[in-house]
Amino acid sequence: MSIFLAKVRRSSDSPDLLSQAATMIHFVLLFSRQGKVRLTKWYSPYSQKERTKVIRELSGLILPRGPKLCHFVEWRGFKVVYRRYASLYFCMCINQDDNELEILEIIHLFVEVLDRYFGSVCELDLIFNFHKAYYILDELLIAGELQESSKKTVARLIAAQDSLVEAAKEQESSISNIIVQATK
Amino acid sequence: MGSQGGFGQSKEFLDLVKSIGEARSKAEEDRIVLHEIETLKRRIAEPDIPKRKMKEYIIRLVYVEMLGHDASFGYIHAVKMTHDDSLSLKRTGYLAVTLFLNEDHDLIILIVNTIQKDLKSDNYLVVCAALNAVCRLINEETIPAVLPQVVELLGHAKEAVRKKAVMALHRFYQRSPSSVSHLVSHFRKRLCDNDPGVMGATLCPLSDLITIDSSSYKDLVISFVSILKQVAERRLPKSYDYHQMPAPFIQIKLLKILALLGSGDKQASEQMYTVVGDIMRKCDSTSNIGNAVLYECICCVSSILPNPKLLEAAADAISKFLKSDSHNLKYMGIDALGRLIKISPDIAEQHQLAVIDCLEDPDDTLKRKTFELLYKMTKPSNVEVIVDRMIDYMVNINDNHYKTEIASRCVELAEQFAPSNQWFIQTMNKVFEHAGDLVNIKVAHNLMRLIAEGFGEDDDTADSQLRSSAVESYLRIIGEPKLPSAFLQVICWVLGEYGTADGKYSASYITGKLCDVAESHSSDDTVKAYAVAALMKIYAFEIAAGRKVDLLPECQSLIEELSASHSTDLQQRAYELQAVISLDARAVESIMPLDASCEDIEIDKSLSFLNSFVQQSLEKGAQPYIPENERSGVLDVASLRSQDHHEASTHSLRFEAYELPKPVIPSRAPPVSVSHSTELVPVPEPSYPREVRQTASVSPFSETGPSELKLRLDGVQKKWGKPTYSSPAPSTSSSSSQRTVNGVTHSDSTGNPNSKTRNTSHDSKRSQVEISPEKQKLAASLFGGSSKPEKRPSSTGHKVPKTSTNSGAKSHMEKGVVSASEISIEKTTPLQPPPDLLDLGEPSITNIAPFVDPFKQLEGLLDPSQDASAVDHGAISSSKSSDFMSLYADMPTSGENSTVANPLSSNLESFGSAHGGSTVVYPTQTSKGPNLRDALEKDALVRQMGVTPSTQNPNLFRDLLG
Repeated sequence: MSIFLAKVRRSSDSPDLLSQAATMIHFVLLFSRQGKVRLTKWYSPYSQKERTKVIRELSGLILPRGPKLCHFVEWRGFKVVYRRYASLYFCMCINQDDNELEILEIIHLFVEVLDRYFGSVCELDLIFNFHKAYYILDELLIAGELQESSKKTVARLIAAQDSLVEAAKEQESSISNIIVQATK
Repeated sequence: MGSQGGFGQSKEFLDLVKSIGEARSKAEEDRIVLHEIETLKRRIAEPDIPKRKMKEYIIRLVYVEMLGHDASFGYIHAVKMTHDDSLSLKRTGYLAVTLFLNEDHDLIILIVNTIQKDLKSDNYLVVCAALNAVCRLINEETIPAVLPQVVELLGHAKEAVRKKAVMALHRFYQRSPSSVSHLVSHFRKRLCDNDPGVMGATLCPLSDLITIDSSSYKDLVISFVSILKQVAERRLPKSYDYHQMPAPFIQIKLLKILALLGSGDKQASEQMYTVVGDIMRKCDSTSNIGNAVLYECICCVSSILPNPKLLEAAADAISKFLKSDSHNLKYMGIDALGRLIKISPDIAEQHQLAVIDCLEDPDDTLKRKTFELLYKMTKPSNVEVIVDRMIDYMVNINDNHYKTEIASRCVELAEQFAPSNQWFIQTMNKVFEHAGDLVNIKVAHNLMRLIAEGFGEDDDTADSQLRSSAVESYLRIIGEPKLPSAFLQVICWVLGEYGTADGKYSASYITGKLCDVAESHSSDDTVKAYAVAALMKIYAFEIAAGRKVDLLPECQSLIEELSASHSTDLQQRAYELQAVISLDARAVESIMPLDASCEDIEIDKSLSFLNSFVQQSLEKGAQPYIPENERSGVLDVASLRSQDHHEASTHSLRFEAYELPKPVIPSRAPPVSVSHSTELVPVPEPSYPREVRQTASVSPFSETGPSELKLRLDGVQKKWGKPTYSSPAPSTSSSSSQRTVNGVTHSDSTGNPNSKTRNTSHDSKRSQVEISPEKQKLAASLFGGSSKPEKRPSSTGHKVPKTSTNSGAKSHMEKGVVSASEISIEKTTPLQPPPDLLDLGEPSITNIAPFVDPFKQLEGLLDPSQDASAVDHGAISSSKSSDFMSLYADMPTSGENSTVANPLSSNLESFGSAHGGSTVVYPTQTSKGPNLRDALEKDALVRQMGVTPSTQNPNLFRDLLG
């Protein structure tokens, strides 16, 4: 009766796309109520094709949820924690046994830092300055782990970078002006 | 919005973003993006692009890629940009490459050099940018290239750099643990860093290291505890406060680490009790972050060695979570409960109603979490309810991932706790029917073995009963379309072995069915193989029994078709079948003995029965046999193979070379020259009874994962619910907790649950009344064990409210019932005094007499009226009365039921509560209420269970699975 025993079946929809291992946050997603992507950051490897699929699946899963329901959804053996700010959804994907409430607060921490940086942040700020949002996120999370929980420290670092960049820009433009002048 | 202009993007880019923002469909968006890609491709290839322009292009590339399109044509430009001296450009370059490239991308090798250079930069911001890139891009191969520099940066003057260096090393550790294993001392040192940010970051790698091996970090317990204490005492800079909590994220990380270190370690656990207790006390349970810390405390408490005080605090916190209105907190409460019940199984009892609320919540996430909890608390007394619930849920979901999970959980629970084999088979049928393609094939094999081995003892009648019932249920199911392959295999096998065993079905009937299966699943070779093997068995049994065998025409054509099949396996089977039926009864009987699937096959490895033949041949001048390893000129491979005691002679074909795609049993059977036939025919199927039996003997259990078969002994005997009447203390607590639960549901509409302000409270009260009995019932079956209700005093509980946990709870419920019905009575038939209702239950002990299942009969009738009554009570009372009259007419069997005598005819609720009273009669019932239909269904089920001897022979079943 059992010679087929060894033929072990594998589920076609394998959840092991990425190692379950250590990474705390697998990705960060921001999308609007219309499902438009505003920011994506992938800490675990996903191919471009998978990314599109993930975004589609998750926006389909999260957008219809009512405001009173849990801010967590189970998805492919992971958990996705989301939080809505006005028309923008912030999502983070974590492992099954992580602390969802903590992730909710990490999202909020990110939003607070954004808020401080942009001065009462709105969706448009993120749309037009998504690269800035990336810089901020990079100071907050690194490789899927929370690296800094002090808003002040993050803000200070970003400000330092910005001022340096601005300084460099001025210098650059003045140099190029000189060159332009010289070559006239 | 004001800031968007000032960052140097061109109008072009702003327009792009805008037009995408205004795109009305995904297709339109895609069109715009594709156009943008074309533009960028052209522009970026132009010579002499100003750097600032290039920077913008790169950002536009990032944007395109973020929207899900391929921007790989520009990756190289992003890489180039990292080489730039200007920080502004470098930062953009690094941002782009970290977003574009995965760690195994080919271009990374071009960046490593830049990173190395930048790590040495004087400007700490450049170093930070490089370290960010290191965390993302450096893979196992390139770690050595940057490792020394990163380690050096651990001592950098700027805390931001130290912090990132720690995170980078953490990343290296995740990529390749061995690369940084010698650096553990650095992590320990960084734990004492002056900067809390660096210290917090160091907790990440330490937590990973401790997860792997907690024993070598026990000395750090004291440090962690003291750090946690300082954090909790607000010794960290104010800037780490978050929503009035001192550095909560660091607290959470520390608690996670402590949980790991304290697990199973008495000394370590004792060191942390105080601080964990302090934190739990200090947690602000009104804020989300406070609850996050609180939850982490519960996790820690349930992981370290139990401490009664902490457990109590944890239980309190859990009940706060569960009673909260927030779904998030309920979810966390359910999760925490699942953790804590491992240690103190009793605590779930007081939350039973909350748990059931969550189970029935429309929120899928919460529901699934609750199923997880139920899975953890399953025991023999509640397995039926839980698994039934799970299957019901499973049937209705489309998410394959979760379906697989819940199906395997059903199987696992059924195997562990099944009260009877009958139930087990029925449950497995359901699982297979609805999720057959998702469950592991092993499950099918387990099921076959269960049916084959039966109870495993001498109880032959029970065995054959089991088999006949299996055969019967399969014959019923077999015609259904779209049965999963694994299930069909089981069906075919069982029909082949036992289809004709009890003589109920004729061979031609069974074979006809089997042919149908093979025909309708013509694309599935495995099923066909099983079907043919089953056919062969049926025919063989017929021949052995001396009956004449007539091949059905469809069978004949099937065999012909298979004889020409592309699958050699199927061909082989078809030919074997033909060969077997042409043999005489005696031969057939010895090849295919009846019901021999479990018997051992003795293998004569030395082939002693051939000795005389060998002797003869030798005498005739044949060459004597030389063992393979003594032969010269044999290939190395052959001698290697000889280690496997394969003694295939070199003169014959080497069958091993052609390993079958399916791992096949014969590798276990020593393939000796004579038994080549077995090898030749790697028929992976019972058509070869010898092989089959051999499998059984070689490894009766090897194929089943230990997790599936292992009896989980711990916790099995522990009852959640305390015996109802034993101690008054828990009863009061539980009833009071239930009261508060009910109170919560009430509080929405009315402050006072039993107030007589009927106009406003009427509806809400009734809806509650309609739900709660079912929940009570469920609670009792989930939490209470089945024996409880029997002890219930035979009165309508509310007169003696606190006799027991169960009746305490119930009395409250019934109070609700009564008050609700009271109201309705007053509304519809004001003359009827309520006390009559209460009397209903008491005299009905006499009712035990003939009982022909009136509930079942009533079910259909009740349905419509019940729905209607939920909508509006007053308006439809007339239609209801007619329904009730028909009920009334149908009632004679329970004629003595006092309802009949009660003239409350137009009131359905009163009818319900009358039943509530009278149910006391039936020992297995727990509670009844106005929700008649559900109650009746449950009731029918319960009584059915009562009839089916669920405790028939539990030991036997355990033997089987153990």
